[in-house]
Amino acid sequence: MADYHLAQLNLARLRAPLESPELADFVALLPEINELAERSPGYVWRLQDDSGDATALRPFAPDVIVNLTVWESVESLHAFTYRSGHLEPMRRRRDWFGTFGGPHQVLWWIPAGTLPTIAEAGDRLALLTRHGPSPEAFTFREPHPAPDPAVAG
Amino acid sequence: MSFEAFGSLREPARRAVYEHVAASAQPVSRNAVAEALGIGRTLAAFHLDKLVDSGLLETAYAPRSGGPGAGRPAKLYRRSAVEYALALPPRDYRLLADVLSAAVQQAGAEPAAYAAAREQGEKLAGGGEVIERLAALGYEPAEDTDGTVRLRNCPFHAMAQAYPPLVCGLNLALLEGLVGDGGQVARLDPEPVGCCVAITSKNNNH
Repeated sequence: MADYHLAQLNLARLRAPLESPELADFVALLPEINELAERSPGYVWRLQDDSGDATALRPFAPDVIVNLTVWESVESLHAFTYRSGHLEPMRRRRDWFGTFGGPHQVLWWIPAGTLPTIAEAGDRLALLTRHGPSPEAFTFREPHPAPDPAVAG
Repeated sequence: MSFEAFGSLREPARRAVYEHVAASAQPVSRNAVAEALGIGRTLAAFHLDKLVDSGLLETAYAPRSGGPGAGRPAKLYRRSAVEYALALPPRDYRLLADVLSAAVQQAGAEPAAYAAAREQGEKLAGGGEVIERLAALGYEPAEDTDGTVRLRNCPFHAMAQAYPPLVCGLNLALLEGLVGDGGQVARLDPEPVGCCVAITSKNNNH
C-alpha cells in the first residue's frame, strides 16, 4: 500500500443557478460522472453530502461549487479527468462555468488513510495562487512526486 | 537531432521499413518487417537498428508465451514517441498555438474556438471521402471490429496534453465539421492512447 495519496480540489464558478435551465445538462450528467469516478482505477474518495454530491456546499462563494477528491496517483486522476467519459463535460464546461481569474484546481499529497478538509484545500489553492506550483500545491502541468518516506522520516 | 532523424530516411528501403513500423498498430518484430517488405531478416534488422539510433523508432520487448524456459523475449519495434519537426527558415507554430490556447482558456472563449474549428473542418472536408481526408490530415484512421473509426494519431498531441479540454473540444468540433451531416457522427471517446475522437455511423448505437 502506498504511503501517500493525491488530493485534488477543483472550483467552478456557476454561470447561472444550479436549478436554472442553463445548468440542466450539467446537473443531469453529474450522477453518471460521479459513478464513473468511483469505478475508475485509483479512485479513493470524494466529498459529498447526503444528496450524493457536493454541489450544495459553497464554502468559497455562493456561486462557486467545489469538487474535492482523493486518488492513488496523479496518473489515475489524469486518466479519469482526460481519458474517460469525463472529458465530454470538461469540453462543455464553458456552457456552465465562467472563468476564474486564477488557478481553479490544485493537487497535493496527503498521508494515505487520511482525508483532506475544505479548509486545507482552500489553503493549498491559496498557496498555488500566491507562489505558483510547488511540492505542497501543484498542477497537472507541473506535477510533483509523492514525498519519499525514507527522506521525510 | 531532427536533421539526423530525417537524413536517416533518405534511403528508400529504410523509409519503407519506417513507414511499415509507423503504420502498425502494435510493435512489430524484425521477422514481421522482413516478411511484409520481402527483404532479408539481416537487412531488416540493419535498417531497424539504424532507425532506433536516429531516434525515429524505439524498441520494446514482448513477453514470450510458453512460460519459463521459452527463451529470450522477442525484440519489437514501434514508432518513437519523440516528435521531430524541421522548418527552414525557422518557424515556431507550436509556441504560437501555446500562447493562443492560454489566451482562449483565460478568456473563456472556448465556444468561439469550437465554432472556428467547425468551420475549418467543413472547409477541410472538401466533399471527399471522410476516411481519406482523415488519413491526409495525419489522424491515421483505422476501423474497429464494430465499425467504429478510431484515430491512432492525434495531430495536435503536445497541445492536447497541455490544454486537454480546449484542444480535444476544438478537435471534436473540427471533426464534426469534417464528417458533416452524412451518415457518420464524431464524438469524444478517449482511449488510453491516440486521438480522443471516434467516428461511428449514426444508426450504430455504440
